[in-house]
Amino acid sequence: MQIGVLALQGAFIEHEQMLSQISVDSFEIRRKRDLDKPFDGLIIPGGESTVQGKLLRELELFEPLKERIIAGMPVFGTCAGLLLLAKKIENDDRVHFGAMDITAVRNAYGRQLGSFYTQAEFKGIGKIPMTFIRAPYIESVYGSTNVLASVDGKIVAAREGNMLVTAFHPELNEDLSVHKYFAEMVSAAKNGYKA
Amino acid sequence: MGNDRFELNKNLAQMLKGGVIMDVTTPEQAKIAEAAGACAVMALERIPADIRAAGGVSRMSDPKMIKGIQNAVSIPVMAKCRIGHFAEAQILQAIEIDYIDESEVLSPADDKYHIDKTKFDVPFVCGAKDLGEALRRINEGASMIRTKGEPGTGDVVQAVRHMRMMQAEIRRIASASEDELFDVAKQLQVPYDLVLYVHENKKLPVVNFAAGGIATPADAALMMQLGAEGVFVGSGIFKSGNPAKRAAAIVKAVTNYNDPKLLAELSEDLGEAMAGINEQEIEILMAERGK
Repeated sequence: MQIGVLALQGAFIEHEQMLSQISVDSFEIRRKRDLDKPFDGLIIPGGESTVQGKLLRELELFEPLKERIIAGMPVFGTCAGLLLLAKKIENDDRVHFGAMDITAVRNAYGRQLGSFYTQAEFKGIGKIPMTFIRAPYIESVYGSTNVLASVDGKIVAAREGNMLVTAFHPELNEDLSVHKYFAEMVSAAKNGYKA
Repeated sequence: MGNDRFELNKNLAQMLKGGVIMDVTTPEQAKIAEAAGACAVMALERIPADIRAAGGVSRMSDPKMIKGIQNAVSIPVMAKCRIGHFAEAQILQAIEIDYIDESEVLSPADDKYHIDKTKFDVPFVCGAKDLGEALRRINEGASMIRTKGEPGTGDVVQAVRHMRMMQAEIRRIASASEDELFDVAKQLQVPYDLVLYVHENKKLPVVNFAAGGIATPADAALMMQLGAEGVFVGSGIFKSGNPAKRAAAIVKAVTNYNDPKLLAELSEDLGEAMAGINEQEIEILMAERGK
């Protein structure tokens, strides 16, 4: 199994370190020719969605990655990655991949003073640490999207088919369970099971 | 400040990695910076080159001006306070700034003590010329470090010197034997725990950016290859002929700092770079402020 980690800006190294701890190979995607390498899943890390969205287009990564996501390649977006996958962002006109049936709110908890740490239930895993940094949340899900976690009544993790998103950063804590969950999604897709 | 807060503040710096933080003086400039791909902006009344030219005492910016910039963009907004001026820092925290830069670019308010940053909930970034300075600032509560460079000059030589110095000292500590670390702590005038962290992890305990004199995509790529995790660009953008284009090129250079072919394309037709002044021509060495 090989996972491509979008490495345009943000906390991509942290994801690579998590994958390495669960013995999953990964490589960085920074430019178009990085896509020549075969991969089975994609991680879109935290960072600034405006920066990543712009660089995706200007470095000609946007269309080829969008095609793969629409075709069902497993993808895991954290924070900015969630915003890049959302069909709609309530307080931002920009739509990026627009692949997932969720409406998100950007900087939903305010500025850095609103950043927080908590622990909450994640469906199918149990209670896990969650770090929110100038985080978004999901205002609503529709279609076949399932809610996987909520904090204080706000949706903070969801899955639709092979797309997984979290408003928090599992890569910033030591708990490996969400990365294992994603690795299982990738492995199932590779073996031809429909999610 | 609880330990959680320090972790969250270090985490925000992690999210800025691989990005460019740009100095802006107006909401319009802030929008240009955001559109060009800045991962954060530094709101200040005068960019360092103008501070240098104007002379006199340089202070924290007008909170109204900072709020105007906060309202103009959705990315994090940083602002500078004077070294040791904790009242300015309290004011910046009151307007919910995302990061405070306790900066040598402004006139120092205290020639002995830096701000006790552990007393604050908002994060601080501080400048450092070497590993000792970096670890002392971290011990005081800084959750991000940048090289001091020599701001407002467009001359990258000092940023290079500071980054090389830090990396060399990190390598030296990483390869020291454990019983030597006590003496290293003594020499650097920093707590043993921080020295042990550097020894075990071969890096600073917080994110480390390059700052000071970065004016071109090549400068940015140079700093990234020397080990910076992102860059601050101050005067280099809005003192140049075509700020939007130069800013966007520097952003891409930071992402693909190891791709000379792309860097060549990015360096084409950027218009005039800031004129700059050489290290030897400077009257005030800002990097010497606060140790």
